[in-house]
Amino acid sequence: MTSPTRLWRKPSVIPGFGITLGLTLMWLSVIVLIPLSGLVLKAATLGFSGFFDTILTARVLAALRLSFGLSLIAAAINVVLGLLIAWVLVRYEFPLRRILSAMVDIPFALPTAVAGIALTTLYAPNGALGFLLGLIGLKISFTPLGILVALIFIGLPFVVRTVEPVLADIDQATEEAAACLGATRLATFRRIILPAILPALLTGFALAFARAVGEYGSVIFIAGNLPMVSEIAPLLIVIKLEEFEYEQATAIAVAMLMASLLVLFLINVLQAWGRKRQGTG
Amino acid sequence: MNRDPLPVRITLIVLAFLVMAVLIGLPLVTVFAEALAKGWDEYVLALIDKLTLSAIRLTLITALISVAINLVFGIMAAWAIAKYDFKGKSFLITLIDLPFSVSPVIAGLVFVLLFGLQGWLGPTLQGSGIKVIFALPGIVLATMFVTFPFVARELIPLMQEQGTEDEEAAVSLGASGFQTFWRVTLPNITWGLLYGVLLCNARAMGEFGAVSVVSGHIRGKTNTMPLYVEILYNEYNFTAAFAVASLLAFLAFVTLAAQSLLEWKRAHS
Repeated sequence: MTSPTRLWRKPSVIPGFGITLGLTLMWLSVIVLIPLSGLVLKAATLGFSGFFDTILTARVLAALRLSFGLSLIAAAINVVLGLLIAWVLVRYEFPLRRILSAMVDIPFALPTAVAGIALTTLYAPNGALGFLLGLIGLKISFTPLGILVALIFIGLPFVVRTVEPVLADIDQATEEAAACLGATRLATFRRIILPAILPALLTGFALAFARAVGEYGSVIFIAGNLPMVSEIAPLLIVIKLEEFEYEQATAIAVAMLMASLLVLFLINVLQAWGRKRQGTG
Repeated sequence: MNRDPLPVRITLIVLAFLVMAVLIGLPLVTVFAEALAKGWDEYVLALIDKLTLSAIRLTLITALISVAINLVFGIMAAWAIAKYDFKGKSFLITLIDLPFSVSPVIAGLVFVLLFGLQGWLGPTLQGSGIKVIFALPGIVLATMFVTFPFVARELIPLMQEQGTEDEEAAVSLGASGFQTFWRVTLPNITWGLLYGVLLCNARAMGEFGAVSVVSGHIRGKTNTMPLYVEILYNEYNFTAAFAVASLLAFLAFVTLAAQSLLEWKRAHS
């Protein structure tokens, strides 16, 4: 029974390894890996110069800069807002706490197109918030600021849900000891709590960022979609497809994909770091 | 617990409510306010419109197929990963999670490149008269791509935590692999399984970007509910757009409520 090919796995008495792993790999290939390879192959047919000729045009660069720049800003804002909400949810008891907690998941559950048209209407010049902000001269809908609002909306749960469990796990005794030794609340926060939740905060940041870069549905309604000004990279892919410019669409997609994979890699590193810290600290 | 001074506590709680109200509460209120802006009759009329109903039907069919297939796959993937030790396991988990890091638009694009008229398989498919892009198969494929990780990612940690002792005992008592799964493993993972299906279904019904790229937006034929919301909205038919959107928002509420219920059940079982 034991053949050398089996050495890469520990023997187990439970049957079904071959068939479940085989079917898993087959299905993974059919739905995810082969289609993605097709994208990469298509990009390869463009050649090095063809790829960069597409990417380095002013319109594409502007779209990539907008997508990545705004996603970074939105993720940073999400870290602050997410920490506030996670903190309140974990540390305080107050009325309607459960409602607040349930609301955090709404951006996960609400279809992006619904979020998109709701935010657009709300922040439009004749919408409830758009009107108020218009009084102080702020225009949100149909400007890059609108994109930012949409990206903050969809990214918020990532930070809250990553930070919450870590915050709840912090040993209260350490904090009490710090307080006994004369540390102020602020010093305790900076020296004890912040270092403990830093990996989780960064992971939440990266997750929110990754989601924001690729986001389409909630953004296109509120963005205004002006080339060079408020046109995000995913929209540019769609536009190129509608113009049957498949090569250009592919090049933009591959550029985005490579950036996303980099972020995914960083998330894995961060999570390993977080686990190590929790293990030793 | 509450060692922060009262003023700090109150300020932070009020701030948190303010953030959530503006960022999440108001958009939700907007959906229902706009949907009912012209009264109940207009709302109902928009919902029983023939094209709305066909969009609802397509969304249900798409979700049913893609959730069912991803459910079967997700169970197998979780079983292979959680019940055995083999090299490359964490790499496999990363690959399963991959669709979460891919923009929905790219998820649609890859299938256009494969099955579109200019695509790798396009000419072959056209020769045999099979339509994938701008038709149901493309919509289902794109939906399956974006919902691929949900079930597996919910089950893997749960099944890893439960270990393999129960299964080993069952096998040593003479149970077959399938009997072991059906009688021993499945009862232990029911809640996690339902949870994964719930999230998978919510995303499948609400997916916009990926489906938008492959659907072609043919009214009454390849319009799912989110796509139909877009069309109505772009035609300035706001009442109808928000009416269909309110159904999707309602779906989100049901999903969240069921999610809380499952979490509660899991904690109490």
